[in-house]
Amino acid sequence: MDLFIEQTVSGLASGAIYACLALAVVMIYQAIDHFNFAQGEMAMFSTYIAWYLMDDAGLGLPFWVAFFVCIIVSFIGGAAIERIVFAPISDAPVLSHIIVFIALFSMFNSLAGFMFDFTPKQFTTPFGHEALIEGVISWHRAGMVGVTLIMLLLIYAFFRYTPIGLAMRAAAAAPESARLVGIRVGFMLALGWGLAAAVGSVAGMLIAPITFLTPDMMLGTLLYGFAGAVVGGLTSPLGAVIGGFMVGILENWMGTFVVGSQLKLTVALVLIIVVLLVKPAGLLGRVVVKRV
Amino acid sequence: MKLLTTTMVSAAALAVAMGAAEARNAPGVTDKEIKIGNTNPYSGPAAAYSSIGKSIGACMDKFNAEGGVHGRQINFISVDDGYSPPRTVEQTRKLVEREKVAFVFQGLGTPTNSAVHTYMNKKKVPQLFVATGATKWGDPKNFPWTMGWQPNYQSEGVVYARYVMAQNPNAKIGILYQNDDYGKDYVHGMENGLGDKAGSMIVASESYEVTDPTIESQIVNIKNSGADVFYNVTTPKFAAQAISKNFELGWAPLHLLNSVSNSIGSVVSKAGFEKGQGMISAAYLMDPTDTEWHSHDEFKAWNAWMDEYYPDGDKTDAFTAFGWAVCHTMIKVLDQAGDDLSRENIMAQAANLKNYRAPMLLPGIAVNTSPTDFYPIEQWQLQRLKDKSWERFGDIIDGAVGSGS
Amino acid sequence: MASTDMAGKSVPAFLNQNPKDRILVLGVPLPLLERVCLYVLLAAVVVLPMVYDGYDIYEFGKILMYMLAVLGLNLLTGFNGQFSLGHSAFFAVGAYATAIMMDQLGMPYWATIIPAAAVCFVAGFLFGLPALRLDGLFLALATFALAIATPQLLKYDGIAHLTGGVQGIVLDTPYPPGWVDSIVMSITGEELSLDRWKYMFTAFVAVIMFAGAWNLVHSRTGRALIAIRDNPLSAKTMGINTSMFKSAAFGVSAMYTGVAGSLFAIMDEYLAPESFTFAEAIKFLVGGVIGGIASLFGAIFGGWFVLEIPNIADLAASSLENYINNPQGLTGLIYGLFLIFTVYVMPMGAAGLAQILVHKISTRR
Repeated sequence: MDLFIEQTVSGLASGAIYACLALAVVMIYQAIDHFNFAQGEMAMFSTYIAWYLMDDAGLGLPFWVAFFVCIIVSFIGGAAIERIVFAPISDAPVLSHIIVFIALFSMFNSLAGFMFDFTPKQFTTPFGHEALIEGVISWHRAGMVGVTLIMLLLIYAFFRYTPIGLAMRAAAAAPESARLVGIRVGFMLALGWGLAAAVGSVAGMLIAPITFLTPDMMLGTLLYGFAGAVVGGLTSPLGAVIGGFMVGILENWMGTFVVGSQLKLTVALVLIIVVLLVKPAGLLGRVVVKRV
Repeated sequence: MKLLTTTMVSAAALAVAMGAAEARNAPGVTDKEIKIGNTNPYSGPAAAYSSIGKSIGACMDKFNAEGGVHGRQINFISVDDGYSPPRTVEQTRKLVEREKVAFVFQGLGTPTNSAVHTYMNKKKVPQLFVATGATKWGDPKNFPWTMGWQPNYQSEGVVYARYVMAQNPNAKIGILYQNDDYGKDYVHGMENGLGDKAGSMIVASESYEVTDPTIESQIVNIKNSGADVFYNVTTPKFAAQAISKNFELGWAPLHLLNSVSNSIGSVVSKAGFEKGQGMISAAYLMDPTDTEWHSHDEFKAWNAWMDEYYPDGDKTDAFTAFGWAVCHTMIKVLDQAGDDLSRENIMAQAANLKNYRAPMLLPGIAVNTSPTDFYPIEQWQLQRLKDKSWERFGDIIDGAVGSGS
Repeated sequence: MASTDMAGKSVPAFLNQNPKDRILVLGVPLPLLERVCLYVLLAAVVVLPMVYDGYDIYEFGKILMYMLAVLGLNLLTGFNGQFSLGHSAFFAVGAYATAIMMDQLGMPYWATIIPAAAVCFVAGFLFGLPALRLDGLFLALATFALAIATPQLLKYDGIAHLTGGVQGIVLDTPYPPGWVDSIVMSITGEELSLDRWKYMFTAFVAVIMFAGAWNLVHSRTGRALIAIRDNPLSAKTMGINTSMFKSAAFGVSAMYTGVAGSLFAIMDEYLAPESFTFAEAIKFLVGGVIGGIASLFGAIFGGWFVLEIPNIADLAASSLENYINNPQGLTGLIYGLFLIFTVYVMPMGAAGLAQILVHKISTRR
């Protein structure tokens, strides 16, 4: 097969990873109007929880049970972080929030290594690694794309059709006004954090069978996830998924034909900066006008 | 000997007050104790290696429980440097100047040890058996206070190169390597081993970063280059990824897996045995997860020690066997040094190991040093993955590099 | 909740700089008190090498070096309201600039500081240009990406002949110039130790840079920077060239952190890409925040803290040794806890806490 096509296919495959994570980034951005720099580490930690639930050394639950238990635990954990850590500083400026994100980043990373040690763990997939189409896509990757699309639909429907989704957007974008119209802002923020953590945990569980589970699995991945979200538009779940795939393909093209594999991460860096400068709303995002 | 006598003369005045033995000995050595320093990445990106530091600590505990070395207990002070070179400098200086350790043993990592390389040699403090396979540690002329332990990365590359040449002199080799000193050393070893033919035989050379999520794009490139030999220079996580990806692509080249990642327990079994059949790798240590060794006496001793002194340790982790073997080598040096525990003598004894068999080395492999040979282990044996274990084949190979070849 | 402010939008009135002429602490005007503090610190910097040597003085040198790095971040974030999670990159630029000048051009170490500073200023200024259009949060994202990409940029084969690639660069030992040696010899009768000289050199640079920052913050330019931080729009209407000042602030900030990098290279005599990871950027942020991001004195505390926190973590770890396995792995957790604690309890850092105490004393009469 032609190298170009093969790299494109392989790019789509890693794009699926980025799309998953980009979706989580958009979710939290919708919910709290911030990036969560600890998002990757939280997802990684959730994945360890799922691993513990599943592994023979842990509880030995079947995959799907562990999968859903992990989502619920992550949801509760995310909401709890908002209530315990962020609620008291809700009025503080952006810098305080960024610092707490960095603090969480550092804490989750350290805790994961401490609790589950640093050797790579194998993470099972319910789909299997056999080829679905020989040389093109395996069952796991197909399943991964499928789950990502299901998540996308759910998130889209949630924000588009449920009043609670709308209320969440309002609480994030204009907390004061939202409070005036009777929205429980604190509850909404906690809910948003919980959902973002849940989406992140799904992303982690889909990524881990490919990358193997280690405490540092998310550092580089999150950067690509951010790039995907920024390219697609931070306000658009569909955009994030498309952006994720685009970043995956672009990364491979650039890495193979232009800059060489040494500078692949730099591609993500440049992409983030250029898109933010040239088209801050991304492909599908709404232009947000900030009032001064 | 001349050096020793001058030290003794200059120390004579002190000796009157302090007793001859103590004046001659290195700082940190008393009649009851020997202080040894160590830096290890207990936190940060390379923390997977920290089980080496922990198993050495547990091994020293065992020797202490059995009465120590010539009646002296080992005080093994292992501190965290997070794999950050500036932190290594701070910690090492603290160990040497404040804790007053006799010497530093098994500091882990190439950039970290490089950061204190000059310092240790200026201070004339032994930097013994560093836990890295770079070639630069065996340079007694310029750095007489530094010595490695494990066979160096380049020598392993040479071993593979010779194997490939013997199998198929027209092979096309594709290389995947980690973009750091370790990866590049392996590549150099391969290039050296191939000699003039390196340019024509190596058809693809792709690197990855530790922060990369996957190495799939690189593998696609290597496969597309038409390579029929895949030289896999990766750390465990990426090695497992590569084995899986090759299988997924239906690509079955001659797969040369570097020894860093040839653990059955933490790499091959996780990627899946069926995906790795026929892989070739070089080894110098017994893999504790390989059932072949389970009846071997040295394995049994290791196993009993793990149970008693390091129960939290992961028995599938090859680093525990590494720590066990290197710890024994250290004890052997101290044992040879006897009651003369000056830094000079400790270094001299480290350079005077003759055919020492550290436990858990492969049968036929031994530790050998001399004042001009600072590469303690220079032997390999090739092995091929068959079913669920490695099957060794061929003779023990000398892969000496750096001094020649 | 006015005091929860960290970038200083609604700082309590007494902390705004102007009215402090009227504040008396135990009968002493505040500016005088600050000046006295400054002189005491300066005296300490001068006296230290006479008392200490070896590892101790090396540590003090490192504190001053980290102080400069943190100071760079404080100037940017605390005084100009721009965020950076990527200052490890500028630290690297400074360190590599010095190393390359020494290694490739054979320049003496002391001559590299000023050109390295210039290189960093330009690098920061250029990065600051696109950053102008980025809101706080997006700037944090861009710099986050920069910090993560830095080590692999340093290793890039295309520039490996300069940077030494993955091997890094081993530098020549920075011996003191002969005249310094002979002066010290004639006064003390002893040879000047290398560690003492490295400290003296670092201190010399650090004091000059600190004085520069002091003057900058108290000048018209400094007030313009603060005005931009507090209210960009009104600053603009007042005729301040906002974009110029913001880019320049980025440049100056990068210069400070970069000079710290230069000093680091000279002090440790060795550089490798592993020394400039995202963890390093976190360190600077931790130092800035805990010292007090909008304070010059805070940077001193921050520098000390950056050096000491791993030791604190080690200490905590070793005291837990009997209870848990691998306590040293918890270093990151301790970092995080310190950060959260600071944000909650002393949002303006140690310096803010000190200012509040001073205020309490001065109003007690």
